Amino acid sequence: MRAILATAGAEFRIALRNRWVVIAVALMVVFSLVLAAAGAAPTGDVGVDRLSVIVASLTSLAIYLLPLLALLIGFDAVAGEVERGTLPLLLAYPVSRLEILIGKFAAHLVILVLAVVLGYGAAGVAAIATDPRAGAGLPALVRLGWSSVLLGATFLGAAYALSALSRRPSGAAGLAIGLWLLFVVLYDLGLLAMVVADGGGALTTHVLPVALLANPADAFRLFNLAASGAVGAASGMGAAAASIALWKSALSVAIWPVITLALAWAAFRRVTP
Amino acid sequence: MTATLTISWLTKRFGPVEALSQVSLQVQAGQRVALLGHNGAGKSTMMKIILGLIPATEGEVTVCGAAPGSAAARAQVAYLPENAAFHPALAGEEQIRLFLSLRGERPAQARDLLARVGLHDAAGRRIGTYSKGMRQRVGLAQALIGRPRLLVLDEPTSGLDPVSRRDFYALLDDLAAEGASVLLSSHALTEVEARTDRILILSRGRLVTQGTLPELRHEAALPVQFLVTPAPGQADTLAAALAATPGPDGILRLTAPQGDKLAALARIAGLGAAVADLDVIPPSLEDIYSHFSRRDGQ
Repeated sequence: MRAILATAGAEFRIALRNRWVVIAVALMVVFSLVLAAAGAAPTGDVGVDRLSVIVASLTSLAIYLLPLLALLIGFDAVAGEVERGTLPLLLAYPVSRLEILIGKFAAHLVILVLAVVLGYGAAGVAAIATDPRAGAGLPALVRLGWSSVLLGATFLGAAYALSALSRRPSGAAGLAIGLWLLFVVLYDLGLLAMVVADGGGALTTHVLPVALLANPADAFRLFNLAASGAVGAASGMGAAAASIALWKSALSVAIWPVITLALAWAAFRRVTP
Repeated sequence: MTATLTISWLTKRFGPVEALSQVSLQVQAGQRVALLGHNGAGKSTMMKIILGLIPATEGEVTVCGAAPGSAAARAQVAYLPENAAFHPALAGEEQIRLFLSLRGERPAQARDLLARVGLHDAAGRRIGTYSKGMRQRVGLAQALIGRPRLLVLDEPTSGLDPVSRRDFYALLDDLAAEGASVLLSSHALTEVEARTDRILILSRGRLVTQGTLPELRHEAALPVQFLVTPAPGQADTLAAALAATPGPDGILRLTAPQGDKLAALARIAGLGAAVADLDVIPPSLEDIYSHFSRRDGQ
């Protein structure tokens, strides 16, 4: 435990000095505030409070931004140690590789929590300050907050796994961007093409729900839209969200961090210094 | 005596390349052992196997009674890698505090440790601003953490100035006096000669010899050199008597096998007043080292 805390402390300090903390927090706050300002327009017509509308926008933001931040913060975790030549000494210490990984993960997760809390918090404050009914959207914002952290955790684990597999920071960075493109952009395009080609057949009714749950980013979107039905209608994914039980998307969101961290551990164990 | 480190018939292959072949050795408690060898002779590979960082292909290694890399072994072994590196964004003190915590020691000792290696004033600065010698001293400081029973030091004095080297060996003497074993590799043969108890010579992955310096000197049986300075005007007589030609400095250089050392000495002494001065030079560790390395075909 002591080793984990000490590792986390040092990693957080390094992230602070490498400006990752400032960059992550600033990005989340700026984008959240922009969306809070832009999300003001449809309020009156839809008949929901302003914060619930903003939460729908923030969900789309989180899907793009949090995986990217997590991958950028995490890709150096193992490969960087290998390149700097610091890994042999670290592994000669009486500390397990799992403890090292958990220590780094704890520090990086704190950064993501900070970014999420300050970013969404700013949006929440802005909404409540301008719309007295916005308090009704708070549960949705809180739900978005913790599921965003889980989404970030998933991609931190993925970043460590890529980092351990590639063993070179440049290679790990390339793989990380590739992974982001695949899961966040290309995957949905592929599904869209499938749905269009299938025209409402068996693929759409049977394969699509599974495919959506299998992608942590899509599961995150489903979970947040299904949980707050009011904004689901506005997103175009409402139909899909409605056909998949809430517990399924919640389970996917919760289990993905465990899967990627287990993969990262398995990959790290195979690194010979 | 108890052996801190025992290696029996250790072989390590990287694909078809045999980096170490059938190496056997022991390091006793309180012993300072120097590991010599060319670049690529297998020194670092052997150290990494002792630390459990890479597995052995064949053979058995026991470190402090445990398997290399086991929790029990790692708790008692300190390591200093070749060209010690640290995260440039951390200050020296922060890095040492982290290492102290990883060993379960109080982080508050960091300043004292850095002071022991002469880094007290730079403790608060980031390691990215340190010189190579300063980084090496951070590496030494972390190797002193706790009370390691075995220190594995890969070229510990590279990058250190002569005064720091002397301080470093003084630290090692203290540790050895407390019963710690030290295994260090080095290319600086003269300092190894004076400051270690035993010498191991690796050549192309094979342990070609091991022993104390007098034992190695005896085994190598290299000739002793005599430098004879003739008295004024006696150069030619002396050269004729000793069957040697004087060098440009006028000094006659003779060599004799170890066994004939006293006879040769008596012969020179017998020339009496013709000899102004005489120096006897035993083979140096450099000579012995190249003898054993070359014997192996290098």
